[in-house]
Amino acid sequence: MVAVLAASAVATVPFVPAAAAQQQGKVLRVALTTGIDHLNPFTAQLAASTQVGRFTYEFLTLPSAEDTQPTGGVAESWKTSDDKLTWTFTIRQGMKWSDGKPVTAQDPAYTFQRMLDDENARTANGSYVSNFASVSAPDDKTLVLKTKAPQSSMTSLDVPIVPKHIWEPIKDLNAPSTDEMAVVGVGSGPYLLTEYKKNEFVKFKANKDYWRGAPKVDELQLLQFKDAEAAVNALKQGEVDVINRLTPTQFDALKGEKNITTNKAPGRRYNELIINFGVKNVLDQPIGDGNPILKDVRVRKAIAQAIDTETIVQKVMNGYGQPGTGVVPAIYKAYTWTPSEAEKTKFDIAAANATLDQAGYAKGADGIRVAPGGAKLEFRLAGHANRPFDQRTAQFVSGWLKDIGIGVKQELVSDDELDDRTTAGNYDLAISGYGTSPDPDYALSLNTCAGRPNAEGNGGSSSTYFCDPRYEDLYKKQLTEFDPAKRAELVKQAQAVLAGEYVDVVLDYDNVLEAYRSDKFSSFTKQPQPDGAILEQSGYWGVYGATPADTAAAGAEENSNTGLWIGIGAVVLVVLVGGGVLLGRRGKSADDRE
Amino acid sequence: MTEALSSLDQTPALVDPGERRGGTGTARFVLSKIGGALASLALVVVLGFFLFRTLPGDPVRFMVRDRPTDPKMMAELRAQMGVDKPLLRQFWDYVAGLLQGDMGVSYLQRRPVFDMVGERLWPTILLVGSATVLAVLLGLWLGVRAGWRRGSRFDKVQTGLALTLWSVPQFWLGLMLLVAGNGLFPSRGMHSPDVEPGFFSEGLDVLHHLVLPCVTLLVVFYAQYMLVMRSSLIGEMNSDYLTTARAKGLRDDLVRKRHAVPNALLPTVTLVFMQFGMVVSGAVSVEAVFSWPGLGQLLYEALRGPDLPVLQGVFVTLAGAVVLMNLLAELLYRVLDPRVRTA
Repeated sequence: MVAVLAASAVATVPFVPAAAAQQQGKVLRVALTTGIDHLNPFTAQLAASTQVGRFTYEFLTLPSAEDTQPTGGVAESWKTSDDKLTWTFTIRQGMKWSDGKPVTAQDPAYTFQRMLDDENARTANGSYVSNFASVSAPDDKTLVLKTKAPQSSMTSLDVPIVPKHIWEPIKDLNAPSTDEMAVVGVGSGPYLLTEYKKNEFVKFKANKDYWRGAPKVDELQLLQFKDAEAAVNALKQGEVDVINRLTPTQFDALKGEKNITTNKAPGRRYNELIINFGVKNVLDQPIGDGNPILKDVRVRKAIAQAIDTETIVQKVMNGYGQPGTGVVPAIYKAYTWTPSEAEKTKFDIAAANATLDQAGYAKGADGIRVAPGGAKLEFRLAGHANRPFDQRTAQFVSGWLKDIGIGVKQELVSDDELDDRTTAGNYDLAISGYGTSPDPDYALSLNTCAGRPNAEGNGGSSSTYFCDPRYEDLYKKQLTEFDPAKRAELVKQAQAVLAGEYVDVVLDYDNVLEAYRSDKFSSFTKQPQPDGAILEQSGYWGVYGATPADTAAAGAEENSNTGLWIGIGAVVLVVLVGGGVLLGRRGKSADDRE
Repeated sequence: MTEALSSLDQTPALVDPGERRGGTGTARFVLSKIGGALASLALVVVLGFFLFRTLPGDPVRFMVRDRPTDPKMMAELRAQMGVDKPLLRQFWDYVAGLLQGDMGVSYLQRRPVFDMVGERLWPTILLVGSATVLAVLLGLWLGVRAGWRRGSRFDKVQTGLALTLWSVPQFWLGLMLLVAGNGLFPSRGMHSPDVEPGFFSEGLDVLHHLVLPCVTLLVVFYAQYMLVMRSSLIGEMNSDYLTTARAKGLRDDLVRKRHAVPNALLPTVTLVFMQFGMVVSGAVSVEAVFSWPGLGQLLYEALRGPDLPVLQGVFVTLAGAVVLMNLLAELLYRVLDPRVRTA
């Protein structure tokens, strides 16, 4: 009864406008649908946590908002020696930590040295320094980094630079105190941490002394949501201002909403169909149970010819993607590969059939082709059972391959099972995908000989188990080529070699789907410009460039909520207390009456 | 998950009527019950460890997914987590740690599981506790009304409503309430980032956040209390003592309140305690919808890993809650019902 009363009272309570909470400055509220593990930039690994590090600490250099090319951060300029092994960074003068101490070359030197010396400091970003030979700061303006082998990612080290005077006294980087404001509150980035309520939210204030100039909003909040639908609802209600990682369905539903602007941007992920061409481990020993027919490059070519990436984008991705070419997504314009007419594998069922006919795979009575030895052209197609993309794509691919006389057995399994199968080489065809970084080295490294699993079947980071001397050569050359134009050419050539062997078919590059409250914010700095993403950039440009819309109404509406819930709280309290008193009285009177 | 949990949870919940023989003293009874509870807990620890080991997947590969990581670092991570050791050795380390209150370290967050469970326990107790108290009050009240006037329109409507609400999926109901709430109530967490510090304002803020998830749980859970109370009261209605009471000339509502209800309450009390343990795990989906920072949500996150130490920690905690509640129910039943003591 009490509950019913409380619920109905709550439901009927009128709007109580609050006079108390007035102009409190511009606040940007971002919905987070991924978790935060740590604020400590050395140990923070989850995507949202590394984002916190980007907001709080300036990087040595970072990918520009315009085109993701390296631009200055803590370092103002940099040069490299002739042998590409020594990098000299000139540190920007006049930058300050938020506690007033100057930012000097000692700070990046300390950050990198600590990562070399302390295992725990390598937790999050260790891979960037695994090739470092030495770190030094001869003076406060100069940082010298030496590497064992040339490393082209030296101008995009995704490592937050921390203040030496704060972090040096901390002996144990796993200590809970490294997540507290006393430590992580001192930064040099556009936003400074002010409050962290675990599993709920993170608050930042604008860094008024930020070297690029203070952000236009005063406060930034990252609010955690576990449920994507709840987050979308919160955007509609105006509880949050920006949201990302929308599904095509959610995105389409938000399109018509008042006061909401949607943003579709090229993404940094690609989806591919990998073909088991007779994969081998790093010692060149064959692994797995792939169908030997796929060793024939003509069969692989026919498969590639029979896949219509345009249809995948339109029908599977609801149009929210771009057809794939090479392994560097189209977002990285400088490095993405656009095949020439001759290099292009066009969708052409007739041509695919012709390719197989010429190769001597005749169709049997059941329409399935047969290899000269008598083996049928029937392949297993593995994919993620829980991903709609894989489910739909598997349907389309099966249909197309049937058209060219190839039978497909779909095997959609759990993520881990798929991981296990592809790592062990136990697949014929598999749907796979990777997220890439602005530097093309990572995307290319996914197909190098060294990325293949070792003899025990461990340690593989290759996506296709490709190993080709021409590709290796181009890969090594691009790694040591520091002329951007020449490097880009090498990167494209490497992708052409990979595509020419038909060991994978890059299906599409997923779009990033986001939405924001246009009544509260008029624009964000996108990366790359002009059509890039707002959140989850390689940088902090999106939230740093957030420009509040000039409407007074938005603020007033928001404030009324504060008063409302105080009213509700009071009503609930009154009902609970009142109900209790009432019940007590009734009990007593019953006693008396008996 | 919920299914696996509940089927396991029920094992210690079985009440063996045979054990109530003898009546050789309260101390012996209490000790035997506590011993049984401890044995159940030990079983839970063993099951919890090996059950989760059957989950496929390499936690290290999950952690570094999508990021360039060299094999050397991955091996380093495996060693740090201790997943490179033999299974029995891992189990031994786990049990040894558990005895000292150490539940291990989360793979994903690299924090002690004990701390993670601890900080999530109170939000869950607050949510489940308030929902249970309200559900019991509402359920008993409606159950008594409906049972006393069995077959009336009130009874039919209430029973039908309760059965309907009981079968509604919690997450769906939660989402519907979120949409219907239309911005009147916050849709996530238990704290707003904009509240001025202060006991009163922060308390009100939590209360405000509590409304929707609590109502969701309440709506689903009051039904069983209502139905049990109703049928239990109907069972008492033809008893001789009620006829006696009526024969004394007592008014109908007094007969109900003073005689029928107290006797019919017994089965409900047991249910409340047994359910309380279950409800904690049942809160998983509601906590996920409302991003309530409780144990259910922790379980949900850990399952996505899978973050084995956290899964085990939550499992042991939830199972422990069920065992403890069952123990309390059995002890309390003995206090409430003299027949159990003397039988």
